[in-house]
Amino acid sequence: MPLNLKPNFAEPGKRYFRAYTPGDDFYEALIETHRDLSDEQSAMVNAKLVLLLANHIGDMSVLREAMKLAREGV
Amino acid sequence: MLSTYRYPKYEYVPPPELKGGIVRHPVVIVGAGPVGLAAAIELAQSGVPVVLLDDDDTVSIGSRGVCYAKRALEVLDRIGIGDACVSKGVSWNVGRTFFRDEEVYNFNLLPQPDHKRPGMINLQQYYLEEFGINRARELPNVDLRFMNKVVSVNAEGKFAKIMVETPDGPYTIEADWLIVADGARSSIRRMMNLEIEGKIFMDRFLIADVVMKADFPAERWFWFDPPFHPGQSVLLHRQADNVYRIDFQLGWQADPEEEKKPENVIPRIKAMLGDDREFELEWVSVYTFQCRRMQQFRHGRVLFVGDAAHQVSPFGARGANSGIQDTDNLCWKLKLVLDGKAPDSLLDTYSEERVFAADENILNSTRSTDFITPKSKTSLTFRNAVLALARDHAFARALVNSGRLSVPSFLTGSSLNTPDTAEFTGDMLPGAPMDDAPVREKVANRWLLDYVGNRFVALVYVADPAAVDPAQVAVFKGLAEEPVPVEVILVSPKAGAAPEGLHALEDYAGRFAERYDAKFGTAYLIRPDQHVAGRWRAFDAGRVRAALARATGNA
Ligand SMILES: Cc1cc2nc3c(=O)[nH]c(=O)nc-3n(C[C@H](O)[C@H](O)[C@H](O)COP(=O)(O)OP(=O)(O)OC[C@H]3O[C@@H](n4cnc5c(N)ncnc54)[C@H](O)[C@@H]3O)c2cc1C
Repeated sequence: MPLNLKPNFAEPGKRYFRAYTPGDDFYEALIETHRDLSDEQSAMVNAKLVLLLANHIGDMSVLREAMKLAREGV
Repeated sequence: MLSTYRYPKYEYVPPPELKGGIVRHPVVIVGAGPVGLAAAIELAQSGVPVVLLDDDDTVSIGSRGVCYAKRALEVLDRIGIGDACVSKGVSWNVGRTFFRDEEVYNFNLLPQPDHKRPGMINLQQYYLEEFGINRARELPNVDLRFMNKVVSVNAEGKFAKIMVETPDGPYTIEADWLIVADGARSSIRRMMNLEIEGKIFMDRFLIADVVMKADFPAERWFWFDPPFHPGQSVLLHRQADNVYRIDFQLGWQADPEEEKKPENVIPRIKAMLGDDREFELEWVSVYTFQCRRMQQFRHGRVLFVGDAAHQVSPFGARGANSGIQDTDNLCWKLKLVLDGKAPDSLLDTYSEERVFAADENILNSTRSTDFITPKSKTSLTFRNAVLALARDHAFARALVNSGRLSVPSFLTGSSLNTPDTAEFTGDMLPGAPMDDAPVREKVANRWLLDYVGNRFVALVYVADPAAVDPAQVAVFKGLAEEPVPVEVILVSPKAGAAPEGLHALEDYAGRFAERYDAKFGTAYLIRPDQHVAGRWRAFDAGRVRAALARATGNA
């Protein structure tokens, strides 16, 4: 499966009436994960988060594509 | 300062109570802002006499509310000022978001066609209030009193005792029910020692109203970090009379008094417009925002509505829009209670349902504010990463949050709903705010929402209105004779003569069938505020009565 670039957030069993809600739920949780952390601590949390998610995805071709896109324009 | 608008000055008339004697009124409303006015008009239209007290003698001063959403317009339609607002305002559906100098995302508030009202209109708040006051003054049972300031309230017992100050001295009136619509700094809330909790956002916004000739389309434009105002956000709205409203984010460190000076404001606007266009500054102010609400909106005989009950940051335009929905939720319930047709516990469901809506509004406004004004370096990095990815990738566009604009709540958890017993697709489940649909009666093209509201209605979808069995027609009509009447309206894909005494609507575009997943026999019970109370695959008067009892707190 190629890297999915379409909106893909959802919580099983939850019904959404507005298209933006699942993405906003995720984004809030992400920002909340960093609450009260120093910049250095946040960088560490982000690194761990990437590693955890990368292992979950597993598929190297997907990961390579994501890594390439992430680097673009930086 | 304003050159495009002249503030009306409403006459103060000495109230009769100054001569002595205390009168008990069924309903007194404090505050003639958009929300108090909506409450007064809706109650008066339903036959309840109201006294509406305001401490001022004109409309809202300066630039405040701008955007009024489809749902609020549908309520304004029912209180008789929808057309005035829509024809004076600027209708729009599209919002564009820019990051630095590039458009990264746009949204359409009304992706579905075939609704009477647009996703949003922009209209200066003083017009909304002026239209509301004009309407209230047409109604003989609205006693609108300017320069009447409430200075104390005692609502310990079975009614409220209210002290009012006027230019001619104080007087006292009593109310069986007191509706408090005295705004964000509610003095009545304080008099009653009630708390309102939430948080302030550590940011300041400069708000400028500018008169100019421009051919900007009727769209909402939002910039993150634009070249003309680096590191901050800017929002542009076109209002009536060629007045443009511009919001500049300033940051917490900004000095409001300095920022308000024309010599500081004008260069900001010039940088934004980027040309030698002529403009005139109409209004400037600096705001900070907060999100907060009261624990409960009902306190015995006192009902809090609008900003007095809850406050949001303005990025979702959810302030007045939600306040108008508060009163729409409250008024029919209060009318039933006043008429002795529902227990007063029905008013607790006003609080339940609107607290739920307020939480949704606060959640969405808070999320927008957090995205627009990131609180830490990491939040800012994430925000900019989303914006950088948004140009090319749909998933990131969905995360761009420059304001989730006011939409009504789906009251799916309400105790007034009758749960489904059959399968339906789509979103019109019990608790849902109704979707509109184009319909035709006889030869006239109309809108579904103009037929429902202000009373209970049962929509029954039939193959042919002319072929409905007379015995069934008698059953339908029987529902209209109940203590709480239900009017049956037939909806059909086919044009045909309605049985005598009933309306029949032709679903000529098929939108009703589509949006309501209607099959022949499908019936919906609709509340006076146009929320779905229950629905079935086959009409059954007993079930409709049971659902009605539930929806009115009589179950
Ligand atoms: C910058 C800004 C932008 C906004 N943009 C939007 C928007 O786009 N869309 C939107 O929906 N909302 C918007 N809002 C919010 C909107 O202005 C408020 O939600 C709305 O005015 C609330 O209406 P209200 O009737 O509850 O209170 P108010 O409008 O505050 O009215 C309260 C009334 O009560 C009167 N009063 C107060 N105390 C007493 C007393 N003791 N006795 C008698 N009378 C009294 C006051 O004189 C006033 O007339 C915005 C607000 C701001 C500040």
